[in-house]
Amino acid sequence: MQPDTTRPAPEAMLSVRGLKKVYQTDGGDIEAVRNLTFDLRAGELACLVGPSGSGKTTLLKCISGLMAPTEGEVLLDGKRVSGPPKKMAVVFQEYGRSLFPWMRVRDNVELPLKNQGVPKAERDRLVDEALEAVGLAHVPRSYPWQLSGGMQQRVAIARAIAYQPEVLLMDEPFAAVDAQTRADLEDLIRTVWKKLGVTVLFVTHDIDESVYLGERVIILSSSPTVVQEDIVIDLPDERDQLETRSLPRFTELRHHVYEQIQLAKKGHRPAAATS
Amino acid sequence: MKALKTLAYVLALPALLVLAWWASTLGSVNFFVPTPAALVEKFGEVWFGPRFFSDVLPSIARLLIGVVAAIVIGVVGGVLIGSVAWLRALLEPTLEFFRAIPPPVLVPVLILLMGITDSMKIAVIISGCVWPVLLNTIEGVRAVDGVLSDSAHTYGIDGWARVRYLVLPSASPQILAGVRQSLSLGLILMVISEMFASSSGLGFTIVQFQRSFAIPEMWSGIVVLGLLGVAMSFIFQWAERNILRWYHGQKEVENAA
Repeated sequence: MQPDTTRPAPEAMLSVRGLKKVYQTDGGDIEAVRNLTFDLRAGELACLVGPSGSGKTTLLKCISGLMAPTEGEVLLDGKRVSGPPKKMAVVFQEYGRSLFPWMRVRDNVELPLKNQGVPKAERDRLVDEALEAVGLAHVPRSYPWQLSGGMQQRVAIARAIAYQPEVLLMDEPFAAVDAQTRADLEDLIRTVWKKLGVTVLFVTHDIDESVYLGERVIILSSSPTVVQEDIVIDLPDERDQLETRSLPRFTELRHHVYEQIQLAKKGHRPAAATS
Repeated sequence: MKALKTLAYVLALPALLVLAWWASTLGSVNFFVPTPAALVEKFGEVWFGPRFFSDVLPSIARLLIGVVAAIVIGVVGGVLIGSVAWLRALLEPTLEFFRAIPPPVLVPVLILLMGITDSMKIAVIISGCVWPVLLNTIEGVRAVDGVLSDSAHTYGIDGWARVRYLVLPSASPQILAGVRQSLSLGLILMVISEMFASSSGLGFTIVQFQRSFAIPEMWSGIVVLGLLGVAMSFIFQWAERNILRWYHGQKEVENAA
């Protein structure tokens, strides 16, 4: 069920239309993403899962304007993305390499705002709120490398929140933290998302995580990538690590996503994409 | 207590060396090797007088101007060359050529072009000191982490802000490694630039003493050069520790893990 690729839904905050990315290398062209089309409503939390090597990172780089697509386009609030847009923040997987090690935690969070010319008083307020929101109000004077991995990723999330984006992109942000920290961070994302009403696109390879976090899960096929399936997660809005995960419905959804990923790995493609 | 211990470590070897020197010159009449006492006497006599202002200070001033200019040129050039791919492709082969030229051979040429002036001496110092800084800066700028660069880019940190907040701090460990090499090169070039057709400076004075067989005086000049080198090294280490506090801290954490 491929939607109409020509026009985004009118209420779409983020719209990916017919996105294709081919890398030109010495060894020939590599088609990382073939034809991706999906929309995110304003305020939606969608998870994007796919088998490894399904071009998730490529897609995210195109959406965030770090890379130009070969074909198709990305629209943010109706405007075509041609470089990193002001209304978007990205949290990367490699927390250790996305914060400035020469700046203290607070300066890291403050820098994008300072660069935007946000007045000092406003900046202080935003930074305080963001650090408070991720539970790091007590370490503003530390350097990022003095913190644990989970805390470093919190700093990166705080930096994204303080920037007040309309769309928050997360590229497997918890892939490199331990399981317990990960559960805490998942809940943190849900809390932040509800509080700020921001549109979140959360890329992960973890099926459980995608079902637990999202209102919706977009499953990618293997490379060359298309949308394999787009499902609504009809779990109760209040999520809890123990209760939600033990719901029969959670298991069903998880099962379904897992099956689809397995199909995708075997090279099965949705009918609409074979053309 | 800790400071005393550090001081003891710093001074132990020099004290031993002076002791050995004193013992070996006991009763010696070798004209070319003065006793420590004679040297100390000459040292005060020669350098704590008008010479301090006519030779030592001008030398230090030229050295500082030369090294600072080399650092500025090296860092600015390095950031430009390191950031702009076509500039690098255009310049790098030529830079290798100029880098290979030993600066002392430029002294006669520069004398012809610029005369026997302070500017000539500073030019000699710059011509040698600029390379370690320039080449290290280029490498440092090129090695900026891809994820960090993407992060900065997504938050709209571009242009001058990118240089200031991302490129320069990220390249600072390499830049300072270059500066360290430049400092010792600078001292050597300072002396060399004063040895040819000069009328003042440490290098000139030492050569002058040599030619007039004022041996203890000559040795005392060499000691001045050594002390100057030590002072520069200490100041550099202090500055480096402060600028790269984050870098050393991060390395420690990585090594402990």
